[in-house]
Amino acid sequence: MFSYDFMRYAFAATALAAFAAAASGYFLVLRGQSFAGHALSHIGFAGAAAAPLLGVPVLAGFLAAALLGGLGIGLFEEDRAGRDLAIGMVLALALALGMFFLHLYRGAATLLSALLFGNVFAVDRATLLALGLLTLLVLAAMGLIARPLLFVSLQPELAEAKGVAPRRYGVLFMLITAAATALASVIVGSLLVFTLLIGPAAAALRLSRRVASGLALTFAFALLEAWGGLALAYATDWPVSVAITFLAFLVFLASLGAAAPARLARG
Amino acid sequence: MSGLEGEVGAGEFVAVLGPNGAGKTTLLKTILGLLPPLEGRLDVLGAPPRRGHPGIGYIPQHRSLAGSLPLAGIELLASALTGARPGLPLLSRAERAEIDRALALVGAEALAARPLRTLSGGERQRLLLAQALLGRPRLLLLDEPLISLDPRHQAEFVALIQRLAHEEGLAVLFTAHEINTLLGAIDRVLYLGHGRAAFGRIEEVISEATLSWLYGMPIHVLRAGGRIFVYAEGLTPESEAHRHEAGADVLL
Repeated sequence: MFSYDFMRYAFAATALAAFAAAASGYFLVLRGQSFAGHALSHIGFAGAAAAPLLGVPVLAGFLAAALLGGLGIGLFEEDRAGRDLAIGMVLALALALGMFFLHLYRGAATLLSALLFGNVFAVDRATLLALGLLTLLVLAAMGLIARPLLFVSLQPELAEAKGVAPRRYGVLFMLITAAATALASVIVGSLLVFTLLIGPAAAALRLSRRVASGLALTFAFALLEAWGGLALAYATDWPVSVAITFLAFLVFLASLGAAAPARLARG
Repeated sequence: MSGLEGEVGAGEFVAVLGPNGAGKTTLLKTILGLLPPLEGRLDVLGAPPRRGHPGIGYIPQHRSLAGSLPLAGIELLASALTGARPGLPLLSRAERAEIDRALALVGAEALAARPLRTLSGGERQRLLLAQALLGRPRLLLLDEPLISLDPRHQAEFVALIQRLAHEEGLAVLFTAHEINTLLGAIDRVLYLGHGRAAFGRIEEVISEATLSWLYGMPIHVLRAGGRIFVYAEGLTPESEAHRHEAGADVLL
């Protein structure tokens, strides 16, 4: 399996995307913002679909649109009641826009499938380098803001009083998440970004009460699902994103099963 | 706010009373440096208020999402202790010791390991109190900490605050709707109402003369069975208590 360049690149790329998704995903689930993460991947899809028309790389198009979307969600996040509604409307519009751009572009059919469901075997040396840099940025940024982000997520009022601005970290976090969705979309596509972003974190939060161990578990699950899915796809000839999503769902189910006895015991 | 002049000293437990909208929370936020003083002068620990003062411990009135999380109680304290600095959410040995010290002060050691969503209202309040004590503050600001506690837990919490104020030499400002739970524990009362304020010992402030001046209407004060009942002309204490339960904007 490792004798092919494209497989080695695929393994490296999935690991990078898994780590970026894990770092952002843990806090997305903790903050109850998983829907925002889902929306960002669709907004990115619109940007990626527009990229060929503008003559820029697809990843750059995705990233630019997702960052803009992240900025918007971060800035208007205050109004929680209207939030999901607004995000849902923008999400649908973004999907439609993406299809519209592809409609204007010849050769759209292969690109559409790659954008929606990922195409990890198309990753070459140059793309891998870009993914590596982006992952480094995401991990470094998350490492820097993890403490204040946790504080504003758990106790926004107190954080504000202590001079830690919830809004500033909310916006920063959405921008980081936008970059993480761009990375994950290369592997599993816009439609299944949720799998890598939310799946590992949701399972880890069911199994761990502590942030440090929860984060570690999230990283471990993400890598397990990403590499396991890739190997499974290689062995079965299933699409990679399908195999990763199956595994992510299995891990989540297992976490429900493992957490259930403890809950019953507590009454 | 007119007529307010005074100083709260170390070890002093002060109740901040007054109807809804009288400015209790606004006063706390001004002390925290979140809002500018409208007029007059306010010194906090010897200097004008500033945001993020390490000498102030605070429990806000509105408590957020944290209560529904699977995370252990200690994560709340850890994030409050380290959240103002960049970095990964890991604790140093000294930070861990500081958290243990604060937990021990309020007897909340056992709560730190339990998931936040399994804590009762009283347990969560105790944990938040431990959190407010992190970093050895000299001033404690508690915004309506008795809300949503049953009478037994209210009494326990007030006794705990009284002990901490005296043993740790803490100045405490404690906003509340009801004075009877606090009788015997507080040193002085700050009463806010209708743009006026009175500050002094309980029997000075909770008097017919002072409260009538504060509200600009005749107010009666009835002391019976070690408790105080305050009511306006034409309203019986019973009906007051009743309206109070309904959350109406009434006296005490």
